[in-house]
Amino acid sequence: MEKMPKWADVLLVPLISLILAAFFSAIVILAIGESPVAALKIMVSGALGSTYAWGYTLYYATNFIFTGLAVAVAFHARMFNIGGEGQAMLGGLGVALVCLYIPWPHWSLALIGATAGAALFGAAWAAIPAFLQAKRGSHIVITTIMFNFIAAALLNYLLIGVLKPMGSMEPATPKFPAAVKLPSLHDILALVGIPFSKAAPANVAFLVAILACIAVWALIWRTRLGYQIRAFGHSEPAAKYAGINPTRMIMIAMLISGGLAGMMAVNNVMGEAERLVLNAVEGAGFIGIAVALMGRSHPLGVFLAAILFGFLYQGGAELGLATRIPRELIVVIQALVILFTGALDNMVRAPVERVFMAMRRPPKPETKLKAAK
Amino acid sequence: MDLLTVLQILDSSVRSATPLLLAALAGLFSERAGIFDIGLEGKMLAAAFLSAAVAAVTGNVWIGLFAGIGASLALSAIHGLASITFRGNQLISGVAINFLAAGLTVVVAQSWFGQGGRTPQLSGGARFNPITLPFAETLRDVPVIGPIYYELISGHTVLVYIAMLMVPLSWWILYRTRFGLRLRAVGENPAAVDTAGVSVVGLRYAAVGICGVLCGIAGAQLATAEPAAGFVKDMTAGRGYIALAALIFAKWRPWYVLYACLLFGFLQAIALRPDLIQNAIGLRVQVQFLDALPYILTVIILAGFVGKAIPPRAGGEPYVKER
Amino acid sequence: MTAPAIELVGISKAFGPVQANKDISIRVMPGTIHGIIGENGAGKSTLMSILYGFYKADAGEIFINGKKTLIPDSQAAISAGIGMVFQHFKLVENFTVLENVVLGAEDGALLRPSLAKARTQLKQLAAEYELNVDPDALIEDIGVGMQQRVEILKALYRAADILILDEPTGVLTPAEADQLFRILGRLKAEGKTIILITHKLREIMEITDTVSVMRRGEMTATVKTAETSPPELAELMVGRKVLLRVDKKPANPGDVVLVVRDLNVTDAKGVHRLKGVSFAVRAGEIFGIAGVAGNGQSELLEVLGGYEKATGTVTVNLQEIDLTGAKSNGQTRRARGIAHVPEDRQREGLIMDFMAWENIAFGYHNDPKYQKNALLMDNDALRADAGGKMERFDVRPPNPKLQAKSFSGGNQQKIVLAREIERNPDLLLIGQPTRGVDIGAIEFIHQQIVALRDQGKAILLVSVELDEILSLSDRIAVMFDGKMMGERLPADTNVKELGLLMAGITDTDRPHSVAEVEAKLAFAGGNPRKEV
Repeated sequence: MEKMPKWADVLLVPLISLILAAFFSAIVILAIGESPVAALKIMVSGALGSTYAWGYTLYYATNFIFTGLAVAVAFHARMFNIGGEGQAMLGGLGVALVCLYIPWPHWSLALIGATAGAALFGAAWAAIPAFLQAKRGSHIVITTIMFNFIAAALLNYLLIGVLKPMGSMEPATPKFPAAVKLPSLHDILALVGIPFSKAAPANVAFLVAILACIAVWALIWRTRLGYQIRAFGHSEPAAKYAGINPTRMIMIAMLISGGLAGMMAVNNVMGEAERLVLNAVEGAGFIGIAVALMGRSHPLGVFLAAILFGFLYQGGAELGLATRIPRELIVVIQALVILFTGALDNMVRAPVERVFMAMRRPPKPETKLKAAK
Repeated sequence: MDLLTVLQILDSSVRSATPLLLAALAGLFSERAGIFDIGLEGKMLAAAFLSAAVAAVTGNVWIGLFAGIGASLALSAIHGLASITFRGNQLISGVAINFLAAGLTVVVAQSWFGQGGRTPQLSGGARFNPITLPFAETLRDVPVIGPIYYELISGHTVLVYIAMLMVPLSWWILYRTRFGLRLRAVGENPAAVDTAGVSVVGLRYAAVGICGVLCGIAGAQLATAEPAAGFVKDMTAGRGYIALAALIFAKWRPWYVLYACLLFGFLQAIALRPDLIQNAIGLRVQVQFLDALPYILTVIILAGFVGKAIPPRAGGEPYVKER
Repeated sequence: MTAPAIELVGISKAFGPVQANKDISIRVMPGTIHGIIGENGAGKSTLMSILYGFYKADAGEIFINGKKTLIPDSQAAISAGIGMVFQHFKLVENFTVLENVVLGAEDGALLRPSLAKARTQLKQLAAEYELNVDPDALIEDIGVGMQQRVEILKALYRAADILILDEPTGVLTPAEADQLFRILGRLKAEGKTIILITHKLREIMEITDTVSVMRRGEMTATVKTAETSPPELAELMVGRKVLLRVDKKPANPGDVVLVVRDLNVTDAKGVHRLKGVSFAVRAGEIFGIAGVAGNGQSELLEVLGGYEKATGTVTVNLQEIDLTGAKSNGQTRRARGIAHVPEDRQREGLIMDFMAWENIAFGYHNDPKYQKNALLMDNDALRADAGGKMERFDVRPPNPKLQAKSFSGGNQQKIVLAREIERNPDLLLIGQPTRGVDIGAIEFIHQQIVALRDQGKAILLVSVELDEILSLSDRIAVMFDGKMMGERLPADTNVKELGLLMAGITDTDRPHSVAEVEAKLAFAGGNPRKEV
């Protein structure tokens, strides 16, 4: 018997979690002597109040869609991929190599090439932890954390050394050639006559992210591979019984996951910075965890949660500019969202379930009393 | 390389190893009781901030230390609530705690001190100062033993000595006391503890609490006992994860935790002196490689190529009475 | 008159919507062995877990030696002199016997004195009750029977006067079970009170003084064992007259379908699980394998089902099956006409969080009829197929959109059976077909198995329930310690002989039987005698 209707599980519980997170964030803002209402106003106008604001919100959201999908796909195979950060760093490396060393005639071809490069490098960085989990039973959470640090060291090494242009002091690659410049949302929307800010970084990668959402949805719920991944995620012994190869499932799910995390680089490295800089990922890999939890590992949920976090990110940046509240406040909000939608899920869920159970039962006085306890 | 350089490197290794050691022992208690904790980093960071902040305001580092422990304990309480009371995912809870600390420390530091997420520099009674052990000055000129005693053993802050004493103490608690037996049992099979009439929840909260205290000291060491005392944004810089790596490297055993932390501390110490390595082995070793080495070593251990690291069996699983 | 050692009054307990115990009252007199019998899920274990403080009752009172006692946790139960041996032992695997005994009953904050005291006390207990165990052995290194002794020692070390044992013989051979009963007899002679939970009538008749019967969470009767009979108890257990035998026509065996020769399995820990197993199953017969759980039956099913590696040869319809290669998996087995109803449907046979229609494709998800095109699955076809199968196998409710976990045990098993049997396999592997299944569904499931046999299919049945083996099988083999201990015809054997075989004893004072069986089994290449 299901304890509560599906809509409650998909909408109500995340909503309550979100309200709790917002409530505690408001307390933090109050505690540092600022007004939560004023802060919210600044965030809304700064993140949604103009096409420029939307351009930033959607730019951040694009990053989070990719990393959120990455975590979500791995979740379906019951793998907790904390390595999105490192995989996205490597994705950036893939994009940089593809853009710098292949003479692309047109941005569209470059986009395909860079997406492939990003996915390949991201997947490769997920491959070793995945293999160690599948074959040696090494806990993937720990290995992916370790690989984040190893990735940071590797990029540090490359950007200070080989990839840095001669004579430059800055740890970054040269700027990509003009031919690989991706059209911004301004360029795309201009085609259909919608005016959009020229200065904002949102670009064609947002559309790629939407395509990725649809592709992941079809993969998980409509294909045999997705069926097998989900079956494996729910029960490994059952998967073995059914002839589903656990090693294969772990590898495939993690490669897809790493690939998706890597693809984020198409947005931030190719679409925005147009070169690879140190610390390009800026924690988006970790925000993917919050996004996937919030979105209940469903691509539509991930999309919506990513927009929400895009809003928080952009709004938080505006907050940092307009008030004394540092932009790190969004890290606090992000932590609270992870806490309430992830770790404290049962705390939110159990009372909701009890309410639904009590409503469903014929009103017997003694059961009602018990439910109230 | 002369003896003095070697001793300086070792001295700096011990100092680097201290926060790692305290955090790894913290993780040892928690994980031995079946509660995985990837939130060591966050707890250290919170403790580092609050200890430095309170020390800066009161001018008394001991009050700072207790405030730091309090901050760490508060995060431990959240972790306990999530993973023991509400049976949530321990890993996710740890991730949340790390972010909570990363964000809150800067937000609050900015609000209190307005120095871009720092605390003021600490000096005098607001920080832990090196202690010169008895006879260090007198013995200093005795060949070999003198410099070792003076440079390496003497001249650390009290927190370093506390950390070193924690190793035998942890061993003794785990293997020689009733509490230790129950703690290890609850990490292996909580149902056995429950049916033996001992509270699983109580034991696990106790373990998480000890973890909080030790992480608190670790954070205070970073912020109030290093040569440049004071809190700066994200000052733990991944040490919580290195401590976690050391714990796995040590296969959840106290003495091996010490060795692993000294090794990782040594790696950090020589990473600061690349010239020495070049002189010693004639090769230029990339600093980044040394930075990554603890993580690489941990992956190798985890892969089971150097003996298998088997975590406590009930680790990571919330305890639910079976139906 | 003496007060009862235990008196429970009006105990009720619900788990969510399931009422596990309903207003149960029971009295157990001191110095007696009191049996509690009932089907799986009747609420026996729940009741005893409440008495031991492992669960909290929603209502009711507990009296120990006539005194009202509150038992909110296990500590309170222990102080009240109650000890419990759970069906799944509660031992710390990598602790020593001594540490396990001491855990929770230490004398002080330091460990050493406690361990020393326990060591001497264990010696005394061992001498008193024939409970010899090496105190320094690790639990993971000793056998199940020994582990059970440790559990009993734990209770005695805590000076328990009342000992509850939950299905203690499930993991024991009949010989080990006899020894356990001797120990229980001694404990009773010393004045201890014992409650024995079981679903086996034989054990109740053999050892108890009084017996209480539970059905669907209610206590239906408490009677003196001497004044009752197995049929009467069975009727009390299920609430109606029980057909102890399955109605079936004699088998009409055809060609050999499955031949297994010299099968060997060594698991990841290096334990030799299957030792040279050989047998054959013909079309149109049910070949039953009896044995105490954990003697290699699971591994045998796993090898044949394609998810355990083995050496040896297996042929199905005279064609050899790859046992070790990359292609040795559940998919290729299914392609060869082998269907498999696994022993543990909740762990293996079903994905509990999947809906029924998704489970209908489980294992057959590559079947072309479930695909829309090269890329996508045809979920409509799946739902339609599931609806039909659930209708034909009387799954209640026949709603494909419910999650597997929302069905009862019997209906879950019917979903698995529908999926596997309607594949029209040449060979059906079926493990513990009626474990945790209510009586009504048991009869239906048995009928389906027999019907499949009568269609001329080969069936390999594994069950730990001897009665089930005896009533369904056309031929019976017994496994012990990874070996086949011999084969019998159901008409020529009985529970006693099979019990001996299950214990690894093959000289069952029936000198003619071995030759008989051997003659009948010439085609299988098996030689029951060489295994001894």
